[in-house]
Amino acid sequence: MSTTTAAPRAAKKGGFTAAAANYLEDRTSMSAAVREFGRKIFPDHWSFLLGEVALYSFIVILLSGTFLTFFFQASQASVIYDGSFVPLKGVEMSSAMSSTLNISFDIRGGLLMRQVHHWAALLFVASIGLHMLRIYFTGAFRKPRELNWVIGFVLFILAMAEGFTGYSLPDDLLSGNGLRIIDGLIKGIPLVGTWISFLLFGGEFPGTAIVGRLYTLHILLLPALVLAMIALHLLFVVVHKHTQYAGPGRTQENVIGYPVLPVYAAKAGGFFFIVFGVVVLMASFFTINPIWNYGPYDPSPVSAGTQPDWYIGFADGALRLIPPGWEFVWLNHTWSFNILTPLIVIGVFIVLVMFYPFIESWITGDRREHHILDRPRNAPTRTAIGAAGVTFYAGLWAAASSDLIATHFMLTIEGVIHAIQAIVVLGPFVAFFIAKRVCLALQKKDRSIALHGYESGRIVRLPGGEYIEVHERLDEYERWRLVSFESYQPLMLRPNSRGKITVGQRVRAGISRWFFEDRIAPVTMRELEEGHGHH
Amino acid sequence: MAQDDNGGHELTTANSSAVEHARAGDPGTAVIVQDAVPNPGFPTHRPRITDINPVKQRRAERVVYTLFYLSIVGSIWAIAAYMMFPIESSDPGSVRLNTLFIGLGIALALLAIGIGAVHWGKALMYEQEGIDLRHPVRGSEVTIERAVEIFQEADQESGFSRRTVVRNSLIGALIAFPLPAIVLFRGLGPQNQNPVTLLSHTMWKAGTRLTRDPEGTPIKATDVTLGSAFHVIPEGLNETPDPLEEKAKAAVLLMRLNPADLNVSPARKTWNYNGIVAYSKICTHVGCPVALYEQQTHHLLCPCHQSQFDITHEAKVIFGPAKRPLPQLPITVDAEGYLVARSDFTEPVGPSFWERN
Ligand code: FES
Repeated sequence: MSTTTAAPRAAKKGGFTAAAANYLEDRTSMSAAVREFGRKIFPDHWSFLLGEVALYSFIVILLSGTFLTFFFQASQASVIYDGSFVPLKGVEMSSAMSSTLNISFDIRGGLLMRQVHHWAALLFVASIGLHMLRIYFTGAFRKPRELNWVIGFVLFILAMAEGFTGYSLPDDLLSGNGLRIIDGLIKGIPLVGTWISFLLFGGEFPGTAIVGRLYTLHILLLPALVLAMIALHLLFVVVHKHTQYAGPGRTQENVIGYPVLPVYAAKAGGFFFIVFGVVVLMASFFTINPIWNYGPYDPSPVSAGTQPDWYIGFADGALRLIPPGWEFVWLNHTWSFNILTPLIVIGVFIVLVMFYPFIESWITGDRREHHILDRPRNAPTRTAIGAAGVTFYAGLWAAASSDLIATHFMLTIEGVIHAIQAIVVLGPFVAFFIAKRVCLALQKKDRSIALHGYESGRIVRLPGGEYIEVHERLDEYERWRLVSFESYQPLMLRPNSRGKITVGQRVRAGISRWFFEDRIAPVTMRELEEGHGHH
Repeated sequence: MAQDDNGGHELTTANSSAVEHARAGDPGTAVIVQDAVPNPGFPTHRPRITDINPVKQRRAERVVYTLFYLSIVGSIWAIAAYMMFPIESSDPGSVRLNTLFIGLGIALALLAIGIGAVHWGKALMYEQEGIDLRHPVRGSEVTIERAVEIFQEADQESGFSRRTVVRNSLIGALIAFPLPAIVLFRGLGPQNQNPVTLLSHTMWKAGTRLTRDPEGTPIKATDVTLGSAFHVIPEGLNETPDPLEEKAKAAVLLMRLNPADLNVSPARKTWNYNGIVAYSKICTHVGCPVALYEQQTHHLLCPCHQSQFDITHEAKVIFGPAKRPLPQLPITVDAEGYLVARSDFTEPVGPSFWERN
């Protein structure tokens, strides 16, 4: 029903919705935005959902986290617990711990919200990681998306920082132990470490300042950064338009998919509710971080077999893998290479991953825009590097559970550590080799299928008495998937305009050779016609 | 750029899509195949079952609205569960029921909306795929020229590159102005303390009694039987203003071994009492409490990164990332037979730090 009397012309068609739209349009000019984005096309593929899961779990984190802030007290002031959880009644603990217990045991639905928050956080980091693997293995980071890869990677790091700061807030035994490790790590940094730790903890470890400070980071600074980065990330997705897999009719110049309104909105909006629903379901059934079992932080009790949240595992594992003795006094100062080595190795790993798009484009020299995704097999060396990286990360991650592996499989700790050391150092090379061979084999198979078709399983006897298996030819759409890719060849060194071959070019040529020497070219028209001739 | 790349320019001929693609930039070392298989274009569209069969279509509609109604049921259920399953402090199981039933209601409400919407989108909404054309991300040359021009005009009008003194002094001021903010952060730590001094001492002094953790009751040498181990704090720790900070440095593990098993260095002859030894419990790696004591081997194991210390050899590291032995606390007994410290630790306990030497 229209409530407008002054503008009957506007109101007469469409009623209230039209009137409201008109009102807003006069003040915001929003029809331009609707025209621009309302029918924007998004391609459909299950692997594109990983990024969406990350986005939606972040929204779930924001919602559940806001609820928790109304009850949580980020203070280490000491109180005597007097809540409903009987075993801890009368125990001295910080307000942070006691308010977290109250959320869990005295507020209806409070434990549910805590668990929603924690599960969603685990899902957030995991989905970002998987999303990054998807981007990497399909080459979606290539021009023009290199910067968006970097932004995404920064988000991954921010997500881990959010996770760790959140994990530390309840001030229970485990979170305190985690902070103890961080404190020890920081102290191992040359020159500034001791002071950074002193300032961070507001004096000596553990102090009474850290929870409040982490809280500020956790609910103000880091979320603001995450939001800003997500906004930028999505802005770039809109500017670049989404990538798509190769397929009939799909080219570098178009995007094929569903319009935002209505199909994409229905599917993506619906998917948000599904992600949210699944998180709530997990939170209803599965307890996570039962701080009441751990008790308040105390620097002295032991906690064998405890694990950090999964995404911190690689760092904890890296610490475990250092052989004895990597620390010495030199120039009257302590050099803790048992701590610095993991920090440096992980730092280098992070930088390499972050700058991979630029490295690859330097090697190929390719300055074109790429909107069609690669199948991993069609970029064998890239895929193999990815497999090596994943193996390295997985090794570090497994090391974080070295004690559990040892007790579970009745092995010695030393044996497990030595085995994982070997995996971390040698595993990447093995993984590289295997992945590359597999890619090349798959490419060869694709080629032969494109040329000769599938084996049909039908055996025919030729008039001459010879038996052959009939091959079923592909139709042109099926074939297109197998032949529509590009390959690169190794760079040939040529002198530049001043007749010189620079060192940079030599390095580039060397890496390029390593990258592209095994090359399987896509099937050409001529080969296809010759292939026809065979049968 | 072009001359160093053997980018198959020679090979490039008439494949239209490859050429168009190449137009957007240098292909580098990509091989552009001249007789690539052409893109076959879109296959013909196959309608869905719900497009041709009105019965199926109606059924899909029914499924969608049933799900949406179910979602409302879920929400109402969650509210009802909030009231029906209160948390009783006498009943620990009530928390689980409260969590479970509220959660199930909310999950149903959410999942039903989600699945319903997706089903609507997939089965009922118009499903022909659309096409958007891409334009190069780089703007048109006219736009870029205009942008450059604007900067030039701004430079002209302000004299930014002409008036160098003005510009450089501004840059200097902009660099200097955040510095006070950084200095202010010194206040994060207490003003008149030095972390190195703090890290170098614990509350152990000559004559401080060794007491049980956490009760704080003193320990007689005769209480410590062969093979036993005690978690120890200094007497009076619980009464200090900041017990956790003190404990994080002063926690000690006390063990009694057969004196014949101990390999004591000459300087430490007086540090044990009849085979009773006390070692710092704070790992020299990154500071976890080391307190898994293996009685048979006399090894201490740190649960965090599995460093192992051999008590028979003055806690030297036998495995793991830690480098230094756990510091030993020199002990003896007082007149009443209680264990006491002879002095503070003779070196800083816990993780290494830069200024330690
Ligand atoms: S803290 Fe003890 S081994 Fe790392």
